[in-house]
Amino acid sequence: MLLLNCPCCGIDADETELEAGGEAHITRHGAGASDDDFETYMFMRKNPKGVHFERWRHAYGCGKWFHAARCTMTLEVFGTYSAQTLEPPKALINKIKKKRPDWEGFVK
Amino acid sequence: MKRYSAFAIAREAMRHHTGWERAWKSPEPKKEYDVVIIGAGGHGLATAFYLGKNFGITNVAVIEKGWLGGGNTGRNTTIIRSNYLQDESAAIFEKARSLYETMSKDLNYNVMFSPRGVIMLAQTESEIRGYKRTAHANNLQGVATQYIDAQKVKELCPIIELSGPRYPVLGGLWQPRGGTARHDAVAWGYARACSDMGMDIIQQCEVTGITRKNGKVTGVETAKGYIKTKKLGIVVAGNSGHLADMAGFRLPVESVALQAMVSEPIKPCMDVVIMANTVHGYLSQSDKGEMVIGGGTDVFNNYTQRGSFHHIEETVRALVQTFPMLSRLKMLRQWGGIVDMTGDRSAIISKTPLGNCFINCGWGTGGFKTIPGSGWAMAELMADGEPRALAAPFTLDRFKEGRFIDESVAAGVAH
Repeated sequence: MLLLNCPCCGIDADETELEAGGEAHITRHGAGASDDDFETYMFMRKNPKGVHFERWRHAYGCGKWFHAARCTMTLEVFGTYSAQTLEPPKALINKIKKKRPDWEGFVK
Repeated sequence: MKRYSAFAIAREAMRHHTGWERAWKSPEPKKEYDVVIIGAGGHGLATAFYLGKNFGITNVAVIEKGWLGGGNTGRNTTIIRSNYLQDESAAIFEKARSLYETMSKDLNYNVMFSPRGVIMLAQTESEIRGYKRTAHANNLQGVATQYIDAQKVKELCPIIELSGPRYPVLGGLWQPRGGTARHDAVAWGYARACSDMGMDIIQQCEVTGITRKNGKVTGVETAKGYIKTKKLGIVVAGNSGHLADMAGFRLPVESVALQAMVSEPIKPCMDVVIMANTVHGYLSQSDKGEMVIGGGTDVFNNYTQRGSFHHIEETVRALVQTFPMLSRLKMLRQWGGIVDMTGDRSAIISKTPLGNCFINCGWGTGGFKTIPGSGWAMAELMADGEPRALAAPFTLDRFKEGRFIDESVAAGVAH
């Protein structure tokens, strides 16, 4: 079972306490956007084998959204961070790079 | 290829079974093929088979990173049905189901297709309405299903408890010609038939790159060297996003884990397949006597081929209410497979932005039942370069066009 630390309330939350929200840092496109942009926003996903940045909600806890960096091959959690950001914190990226030297880095 | 028959068994019995040949050859890859298919699961092998059988294209290699049929083909709960709501789905699933009827004969390989009937339980008022609607739609589509009441469900499946405290059984959608087949045998049967047509099935050969020139595919880099090809088919289920990345395009697909398990074998107690979509559980009894149980998917991206324990707990908890006798059973094995989920929960059989490269993916939690139909449609697409009627609605650009084949509402999670 996944165990994620909620950066909003500080609790180590079980997977059953959380709701998965899919890929993080997606650029939002709304009315007036081109078909390509809207399709990318709605449906296209990186779905990587390896490091994945994703959204979670502490649904049965504080109810707040946050972000997590996790490996989809091993389920290793690299860290969690606030959702009030457009990209992962530098410190977390460096930590992942140290653990996964082959990782291509965060690509928006 | 020596044919399998009762006579062959008698002949081999007379000579200590020394005359059986290998079911398929394991050749080294040639330098070049007309068609390379990545993924020797059911869908990939079926594609190769129908390319050969329907179009006479036999200079084909099917390459596989692991072993033949070792992905979702060997991990599903073997349910076959075609009671879908949307016309596009019903057409391809019914094509597949009808091909299963004659598959053992067509392949000269016993796939143990058992049309024992499938009931999808209605356990809420909205499910009753939904299944009545599906039954009407199926009648128009030429798919034989009917809505049955709770008493008929009990008649067909005596071990069921109708008056569950939380989700009583109110009725069901009954497809008498749905059922199960032996999943491994489907892959093995296709592999044997493909090998017999002169196709090369190359296992333990991971694809590491896809080469292209002027917007067209030229070949694949593999663990066993470079292979040139005129056409490429990507048929790799959960790994589709990874391969698409190599080919230089993105997919509307996310990979998640779906789990199943089997109990210890017991005497025959249930001769239909039961699906309970509200509580995310489905149940059938294998020929060995094991109760085969499938559950819901995990909600997060995952490539580990194992799922979360609490999903098993949820599934078992729900099924024990509906089938109280299951509470005494020990579970023998539990496993997971990686399924590729699209935005509308329907598959993609399509051309791609890369020329002469075709993709067949997105079968999500319901791939086994479509293997022959999907292979049939994919072979048409790869042979002509354009989709025919079966595959035409399942193109990649439907997401941009908003032309969904929306089975996520119609079929629920058990797809």
